[in-house]
Amino acid sequence: MAEVLVFVDHVDGAVRKPTLELLTLARRIGDPVAVALGNGAADTAAALAEHGAVKVLTHEAAEYADYLVVPKVDALQAAYETVSPAAVLVPSSAEGKEIAARLALRIGSGIITDAVDLEAGDGGPVATQSVFAASYTTKSTISKGTPVITVKPNSAAVEPAAAAGAVEALTVSFSEQATGTKVTSRTARESTGRPDLTEAAIVVSGGRGVNGAENFSVIEALADSLGAAVGASRAAVDAGWYPHSNQVGQTGKSVSPQLYIASGISGAIQHRAGMQTSKTIIAINKDAEAPIFDLVDYGVVGDLFDVVPALTEDVKTRKG
Amino acid sequence: MSLRIVVTVKYVPDATGDRGFADDLTLDRDDVDGLLSELDEYAVEQALQISENYEGDADDVEITVLTVGPEDAKDALRKALSMGADKAIHVEDDDLHGTDAIGTSLVLAKAIEKAGYDLVVSGMASTDGTAGIVPALVAERLGVPQVTLLSEVAVADGKVSGRRDGDTASEQLEASLPAVVSVTDQSGEARYPSFKGIMAAKKKPVEAWDLSDLDIEAEEVGLEGAWTKVASADERPARTAGTIVKDEGEGGKQLAEFLAGQKFI
Repeated sequence: MAEVLVFVDHVDGAVRKPTLELLTLARRIGDPVAVALGNGAADTAAALAEHGAVKVLTHEAAEYADYLVVPKVDALQAAYETVSPAAVLVPSSAEGKEIAARLALRIGSGIITDAVDLEAGDGGPVATQSVFAASYTTKSTISKGTPVITVKPNSAAVEPAAAAGAVEALTVSFSEQATGTKVTSRTARESTGRPDLTEAAIVVSGGRGVNGAENFSVIEALADSLGAAVGASRAAVDAGWYPHSNQVGQTGKSVSPQLYIASGISGAIQHRAGMQTSKTIIAINKDAEAPIFDLVDYGVVGDLFDVVPALTEDVKTRKG
Repeated sequence: MSLRIVVTVKYVPDATGDRGFADDLTLDRDDVDGLLSELDEYAVEQALQISENYEGDADDVEITVLTVGPEDAKDALRKALSMGADKAIHVEDDDLHGTDAIGTSLVLAKAIEKAGYDLVVSGMASTDGTAGIVPALVAERLGVPQVTLLSEVAVADGKVSGRRDGDTASEQLEASLPAVVSVTDQSGEARYPSFKGIMAAKKKPVEAWDLSDLDIEAEEVGLEGAWTKVASADERPARTAGTIVKDEGEGGKQLAEFLAGQKFI
């Protein structure tokens, strides 16, 4: 079977969930060969083998942390030249897309970004994308070179499948451009203890109707009762009530959880672009005419400060 | 020392209108109004701020806005000029219809080189395609550093620096000029054009270039030259109408029952 390169997103050896989803999708089109770079790269091998990686190519060098993007492009290109894969899959993070794009250009291949599904086709992989604020679904293929495809988080369920996961050291020689953009300092984001927004199965979001930074505790309490991530609309972020890293929408994060609960969010196109592909959508809003109600599976017209705390209490009771 | 900034901008369909596809599965530009991509307004704004804060004085800085697009894309250039950019370049050619991101990066890179530059400033993504890969592709083609997704940007002593906020960490970046920068919507509110700015924009030069001016062959771009092919585009089926209840004191409880029924609790 053809080999498929999968770029591994990990933090010091801990593989992030979107990479495991990618391995599941990669198995539909070939045998996954994972590429893990930087500090802790070799530590990823066990998790990758449990999810179907037949081989894990690793390379550790200070360049991956000290310079932006290009060292990883050089390494992925080295892996590409070693393996001659049928496709290259990369998680659709901001950095992942930049790495994939530069690789595609270098190897003379088309690129598809933000795929939400992937299947084998007669002429190579067929990728599904959700476009124009998720109002259209497109299917695309690559017409030149080796398909380079970035896949959004939550596009597939993680399915374990044992494979050899043989670790091999990758030989990388860095290009002249590799050291062009220096990372002069790095501050880790403080962990809230909640699931990552783009990876979470449940997202609870607040918008203009939350009416103040202090009131977001009501949204957070519901999120915590459900084990959910917290999101915010652009209006809430622009007002300074919640950090930009939690913004759901066209210019923020795009999420596709099993359950999305929007509180005090009217549902402007901006916001819908980031959440419309959620499987089940719930809205709580005082305004019965709010466009968000066009999207919902279940909506409550009412004051979020009555409805959300009551829901939180009920969830806690049911969970015992 | 003078500083030449090229700001790349895109003319996009208004997201509040009904966006869709033409028969050849390219963007339907006929049935919806276009405008300057909102995310590119942040790029114009940052270029203006870099100019205003420049060591020599603002007169040493020249800001050129560049777009690749159909006739109407001039509207996007006019908007950027009315905000305060000095001049504009419009790359227009019938053979560009259907060009993908890789092809767009070729046209932009050739035009940027022809215009001359020390710094390229772009928005983080277009509001229609939303891929966010063109700045990285342009940097790869030009062979200069990419300093992308900045929420803060500064230029001094022949270097550009800025802050990139990622999922797990916030990074301070630095590169020597020439370089390609992209900025996020957190970089600072874009200014509104003043009446004076709008009047002045009418007198500012807009150069028109086509593919032959850039030594690009027709088959390198357009739908035929695209390395990616859209095979089908289907409108998402409307969601079946959900249950909507009015809260009469039991709204939270009813919602909990729905969630329990769906096995979320």
